[in-house]
Amino acid sequence: MTNAWVAGTLVAVVAGVVGFFVVLRSSAFAAHAIPNGAFAGAAGAALAGVDTLVGLGVFAALAALTIAALGHRARRDVATALTLVLLLALGDAFLAQTSAYANAVFALLFGQILGVGSGDLPVVAGLAGASVVAAAVLARPLLLASAVPDIAEARGVRLAAMDLAFLLLLALATAVAVPVVGVLLIFSLLIGPPAAARAVVRSPLPAVLLSVALAAVTVWASIAASYLTNWPVGFFVGALSAGVYGAARLAAWAAGRAGRAGRGRAAARACR
Amino acid sequence: MHTLFAPGLFASAQVRTALAVGGVVAVVSAVVGVLTVVRGQSFAGHALTESAATGGAGMYLAGVNPLVGFVAGAVAGAASMQAVGVRNLRGRDLATGIVLGASIGLAALFLYLDTTVVAATGATQQILFGSIFATAPGTVVLVAGFGAGAVLIVAVVARPLLLSSLDPDIAAARGVPVRLVAAAHMLALALAVGLSSVAVGAILSTALLVGPAAAALRITARLGRAVAIASAVGVGSTWAGVVLSYDSATWFAGGNGIPVSSLIVGVVIVAYLATGTAVRLVPRR
Repeated sequence: MTNAWVAGTLVAVVAGVVGFFVVLRSSAFAAHAIPNGAFAGAAGAALAGVDTLVGLGVFAALAALTIAALGHRARRDVATALTLVLLLALGDAFLAQTSAYANAVFALLFGQILGVGSGDLPVVAGLAGASVVAAAVLARPLLLASAVPDIAEARGVRLAAMDLAFLLLLALATAVAVPVVGVLLIFSLLIGPPAAARAVVRSPLPAVLLSVALAAVTVWASIAASYLTNWPVGFFVGALSAGVYGAARLAAWAAGRAGRAGRGRAAARACR
Repeated sequence: MHTLFAPGLFASAQVRTALAVGGVVAVVSAVVGVLTVVRGQSFAGHALTESAATGGAGMYLAGVNPLVGFVAGAVAGAASMQAVGVRNLRGRDLATGIVLGASIGLAALFLYLDTTVVAATGATQQILFGSIFATAPGTVVLVAGFGAGAVLIVAVVARPLLLSSLDPDIAAARGVPVRLVAAAHMLALALAVGLSSVAVGAILSTALLVGPAAAALRITARLGRAVAIASAVGVGSTWAGVVLSYDSATWFAGGNGIPVSSLIVGVVIVAYLATGTAVRLVPRR
């Protein structure tokens, strides 16, 4: 149980940080496609008798490279969709060759947070640390390239290189998270908490910190709720991530309304 | 001849159903897909396969025909995406992501309850990776019916939808009900995806929606031609994949063959890459 808390927290930190850039760059589709591509890699690793984590990592990187390569000549969403179906089709073909590992591979869809052993923790911690360091190194040019691409280019930031770096960062985050929370849930964590943070806070660093905090609370509450109800962790992660975003949108709307009303009253006083 | 069309291929009822369902799905996906690619909504098209699966799992739990659940799930997903916010491309990406995340969570719950309450293991795989060979013959009629509905909606809104995709302001000034037209497109997309994801599985649904349409739009910018080319590419890829899959049982010693979805996706991707190369090699007049 302690292992689940620690591993879940590590994943939440990574998702909070990397997810901030996912939302900033409107790359939700890539955040869905790369973990799914990694899933295919796990199926391939099972077939080849290699460690699952290697398969996950290699295919996550492969997905990132394919999206970037196809994206040169096509719209991003088309490139992402084709990468997604290509890798999933490959995974399907791998799974069809043997049924021996099917259950272990399908377990990766929803992850096994309650099955994390203490032997897994150093690997998760190491990869999580690497993701956060990579994000910190990339932060400034990536922020610039995402928010004001023209200015970034004028300052010598190479946009295509930044795009590829971002996709590879996403792939690294995937390799950390998929064994713990699964292909489907890492997506929820990469979108919901960061989008909620961005809805209420504008400047980058506070938004990243809030995003990490919201992701951590989502994971902790989900583990606790799952433990109490025996329902799958995935349901709570999905529901809470969407709920956190909904609440943040509501808060931002209420604040905006109050702000407008305040300005309206001030204007009315000024007119008198 | 026999190396390509293996003996007994066309005598197999499974193959005949697969060819029929695959053909109908490919055409409907191509028609809806062209406008989906033009509008940059491939992500929504894919996300709806997941909300369709969520609906299917939910209805399975309620004891209703899962087919109804797939369509209902996709329509509910599309409505939620419209509700969360669709003002611009960036907003749509996020709205789609939020709805996708929530429906994945619900699917996790439904599948858990399905397997514990109804005691139907194997539901997970079946819903996530449907197979065109496993389609019941009766499904063909349903797929054709809902597919025709989707095509009809697209035919009615195609012109105003295209205009409002290219320039929403001009469209609004010309009296096009931009939001209504966008909602109609999402409804057509939901019908098409809901049906195709239950008939041929989620992977193939997205592949047939995006691949042929994107290939066609590399060749022509005209809507009618793009739809015709996309349909041809979609149907051709699907049938080629079905035939190859039937043959593939003899390719490996184990006799496991390659899943039909994988082969169809492979052909679609090859067709997409080939059109890209062809367009670059043949100079435009």
